Amino acid sequence: MTAPFVADALGPRGRRRVLVSSVLAGAVIVLVFGLALNRLADKGQLSDAVWAPLRQWSVQKFLLLGLWVTVKTAVAAMVTAVVVGVLLALGRLSRNGPVRWLSGAYVEVFRAMPLILLMYFVALALPKYSIHPSPFQGVVLALTIYNGAVLGEIFRAGILSLDRGQSEAASALGMTYWQSMLRIIVPQAARRMIPAIVSQLVTLLKDTSLGTVILLDELLTKSRDTGTFFHNRLQVYTVAALLYIAVNFTLSRVARRLEVRQRRKYKAGAITVTGVEDLAVLVAHGEAAVA
Amino acid sequence: MKIVLDNLPAFLRATRTTAELTALSFLVAMVIGTVVAGFRVSPIPPLRWVGTLYVELIRNTPLLVLMFLFFFGFPQIGIKYSTFTSAIIVLSAYTGTFVAETVRAGINTVATGQAEAARSLGLTFSQLLGLVILPQAFRAVVAPLGSVLIALIKNSALASVIAATDLTFLSVQLSNSTSRPVAVYLGAAFFYMALALPTGWAVGALERRVAVKR
Repeated sequence: MTAPFVADALGPRGRRRVLVSSVLAGAVIVLVFGLALNRLADKGQLSDAVWAPLRQWSVQKFLLLGLWVTVKTAVAAMVTAVVVGVLLALGRLSRNGPVRWLSGAYVEVFRAMPLILLMYFVALALPKYSIHPSPFQGVVLALTIYNGAVLGEIFRAGILSLDRGQSEAASALGMTYWQSMLRIIVPQAARRMIPAIVSQLVTLLKDTSLGTVILLDELLTKSRDTGTFFHNRLQVYTVAALLYIAVNFTLSRVARRLEVRQRRKYKAGAITVTGVEDLAVLVAHGEAAVA
Repeated sequence: MKIVLDNLPAFLRATRTTAELTALSFLVAMVIGTVVAGFRVSPIPPLRWVGTLYVELIRNTPLLVLMFLFFFGFPQIGIKYSTFTSAIIVLSAYTGTFVAETVRAGINTVATGQAEAARSLGLTFSQLLGLVILPQAFRAVVAPLGSVLIALIKNSALASVIAATDLTFLSVQLSNSTSRPVAVYLGAAFFYMALALPTGWAVGALERRVAVKR
């Protein structure tokens, strides 16, 4: 990693100072890590007793099955959420007043609600109407309701980010609304949305862990069971965290690749979105802008 | 709706807990985030590595996993706090990564000439960062920081899994005890919106006052 602009081009004295500070900072970091390790060893957290279960294939398989459910849930929810999101975006851009208003209300309401509340709602309120979703269906439903709203905003912003001239040119060529939407607007907008969509996918994958509160057998639930059984919660949750990090990191990497390639190929600019956390960061980095 | 009105005092108390969780966590997260952003643009490589490691590890872990790790795992090494304190620690550590990334983005929007001018006036790195860069950086990212804050209001709901008595915790309890989940959850949603919407307006107003458009 190269030095950031606020810290470049130092003179000889500055370089010396940086060297000294680096050594000092390095020493402090090593010290802190050492103390942490010491604490872990002190409390017997590095002992074989707590780590041995995690070396057994049966336990590893148990956790990996959980990871599989996590990934499966995330993919299923992403697919349905994209469909809902597209419908909502088209609804909000529709020329039909009530449709526009309803889609807008849906997006505003569900974007403002904590996902965990939706999970509980789906699991506890739907049975009142004799609908009994399985944990998997319940989690996918809750994730779809919420992410549909978020993706809807991303899609709408992506579509709006295109130059007006594009749709004007399309209608000048005699294309109908739907023709210009499908053949001109959406393909171009989709490219600009990729960073935002992937960042939302990472959020969604993390959010599948909320399925544990309505008893979905995903990675976190399996980790909790394992940790309770072997009395090594610290170790198991650490492993679970590393698994999530590995998946999300790969996902972001692939996304960046894709994005760079797309940009080079089509010279497509960044897009306009409103969103939450991860998206807020994208917005701040100028890879997306607030609508 | 009667069920919500009957339990209005409980709902207001829980709303207050949610608001407190959010406000305190956001304060701490702003401090963590600013410091980490400073680390990440610092001339000292080890600090940059620590900053990057912190952000990448925490940001890619689900908040709920962090919550479980801290509340159920850390007691194994003798670290144990009350539910409320634990929730604030975890929420601010998690939100801190998003604040850090946002502030860092803000730093990148400040023109290079600013840093060069400050440097030529003989300012040290911390003076440069604190007096010249950060004040401009914050003004550029008011809106994204606002989104982070609103996300935090919603994320604070996860504190309910470690039994912090917030809005979500109350709704689970009430829906179990009254078996009127629909009304209870709609009530909770209403109170969440009552927190999120004014926050959004306030952020908007603040942005109009201080933001610099580049």
